[in-house]
Amino acid sequence: MSCLETIADYAFRSIGYGERLLPRGDYTLCQQFTLIGSGMIWNVYFGIVALISGFGLATALAVGKASQNRWLRKPAEWFIFLFRGSPLFIQFFFGYFFFLSLKTHYPFFDPFTSAWLGALIVLFLNTAAYSGEIFYGALQSIPKGDTEAADAYGLSGWPRFRRVVWPTMLRLAWPAYTNEAIFLFHSTTLVFFSGFPAWQQRGDALYYANYFADKTFNPFIPYPILAMYFILVTLVIIWTMGRIGRRLNRHLPQEARRKFRFRPQVIR
Amino acid sequence: MSCYLTTGKHMNFYVSFGTVLLLLAITAPLALSFGFGGAMAARSRIAPLSWFGKGYIAIVRGVPDIAFFLFFVIALDQAFEYIRHHVKCPDWTDPIRQGTDFIVCAEAKLPLGNAPQWVHEAYGFSLAVLTFAIVFGAFAANVLFGAMRAVPKAQLETAEAYGMTRRQTFWRIVVPQMWVYALPGLGNLWMVLTKATPLLFLLGVEDIVYWARELGGIKGERFTDYPHGDWRMWYFLVLLVFYLGLTRVSEVVLARLMRRLTRGQATAGGEAQRKAAA
Repeated sequence: MSCLETIADYAFRSIGYGERLLPRGDYTLCQQFTLIGSGMIWNVYFGIVALISGFGLATALAVGKASQNRWLRKPAEWFIFLFRGSPLFIQFFFGYFFFLSLKTHYPFFDPFTSAWLGALIVLFLNTAAYSGEIFYGALQSIPKGDTEAADAYGLSGWPRFRRVVWPTMLRLAWPAYTNEAIFLFHSTTLVFFSGFPAWQQRGDALYYANYFADKTFNPFIPYPILAMYFILVTLVIIWTMGRIGRRLNRHLPQEARRKFRFRPQVIR
Repeated sequence: MSCYLTTGKHMNFYVSFGTVLLLLAITAPLALSFGFGGAMAARSRIAPLSWFGKGYIAIVRGVPDIAFFLFFVIALDQAFEYIRHHVKCPDWTDPIRQGTDFIVCAEAKLPLGNAPQWVHEAYGFSLAVLTFAIVFGAFAANVLFGAMRAVPKAQLETAEAYGMTRRQTFWRIVVPQMWVYALPGLGNLWMVLTKATPLLFLLGVEDIVYWARELGGIKGERFTDYPHGDWRMWYFLVLLVFYLGLTRVSEVVLARLMRRLTRGQATAGGEAQRKAAA
């Protein structure tokens, strides 16, 4: 079987298109590359959707935590502590079994026990907590001059937030937020190891890499392939976020811009 | 209820909390020493050693950490067996990798095939510890390398003026002072390490995640005196609370440690303490 055929068979295996049976017997390099790459579809899906949906909640949490009002501040603080203080792995397990027990009472929760929705919700809440903390930090370090200028222009309430506070917060938080995006992306690999079933062996990249390592008993091929894919995507994230960051900072002089530094914080 | 919570299986569950704490207690110093070694190697003036140190620091970047865990456990196991195979059975001619099999002679197996159960468990646990130490050692090396460079230049110049050698400067000036710069990073690392402990489950150790799954699962009347439905959610809730508690305690301890370490240091924190005392 040529490599092109393998790609045709397995490129979309992880979302259920193409050959149903996973390769058996002698595994070629091409098969490993294709299947692990196919699994990356899930990682990218979880990463992008969770990041974009988590962004809104993160902003709300940051504003809540910085608020003077106890009733807004305390819930935000507790939410952030809950999700930052416990391992994501346990959160996945808890989320899965939580949805499972809901499902026995209400059939409405049926889709929540599958990875595409259930794990996504956990990731969404998790990344909201982490980015909320980042945004909160940025909110605290907004230069006093900026808000004073807003006051001088007669801006207050919502317009002040939308036109002065929020953009400055994003600008300050952006380098840290880029790191958060990278780690969120890396932590998507936990999904299929934490209760959420890989239905019909449709898993993510690490799921397939692990599959090959188990079958061939040789970890030295699938894991480096996985590493290569992840480094590639990490570079894409850095590039994309860099472009957005440059747009956010487009009115500032070169040296006033905060530089992005890749600072791995690993494991959540 | 109290009878249910004290069954033999539950005792194993409680012991596994100890396993987690034991892992933390062993791994933290081990990873720190790996990190110290890595940072020292990266600072070295001997080029290959410095490359090795920097390479070690760099390997963990850009790749998901669980991939490392899954990789190292098999890789280390195979590396040990490979070495033992060559030492113990030099006249073995078959290749070790035959297709999809990894075959070593019986004497080189780790642990030996006839070893008792606890040896297998201990071996699995120590492999896990070593894996954790290697991965976290790299993170610690990164932090310590930065901290060593953060020690003020003037301090080093003073040491030189006193006629200290490079080695003396390192051990007497840099090492005592670097901890205050390293502590925020190391504290962060500790938090990360505690949160990584559930991954023991993936490394095949019977840890709290394993027992929570086992015990919480549906138990019929045929297997136990205490049949119950699917309680896994509650078991994992307990784990969640356990980890939150661990995080909270660590935060408090680290804050105290930081206060203790900044005393008399040439940093903003130390200055603030001096002002408050005066």
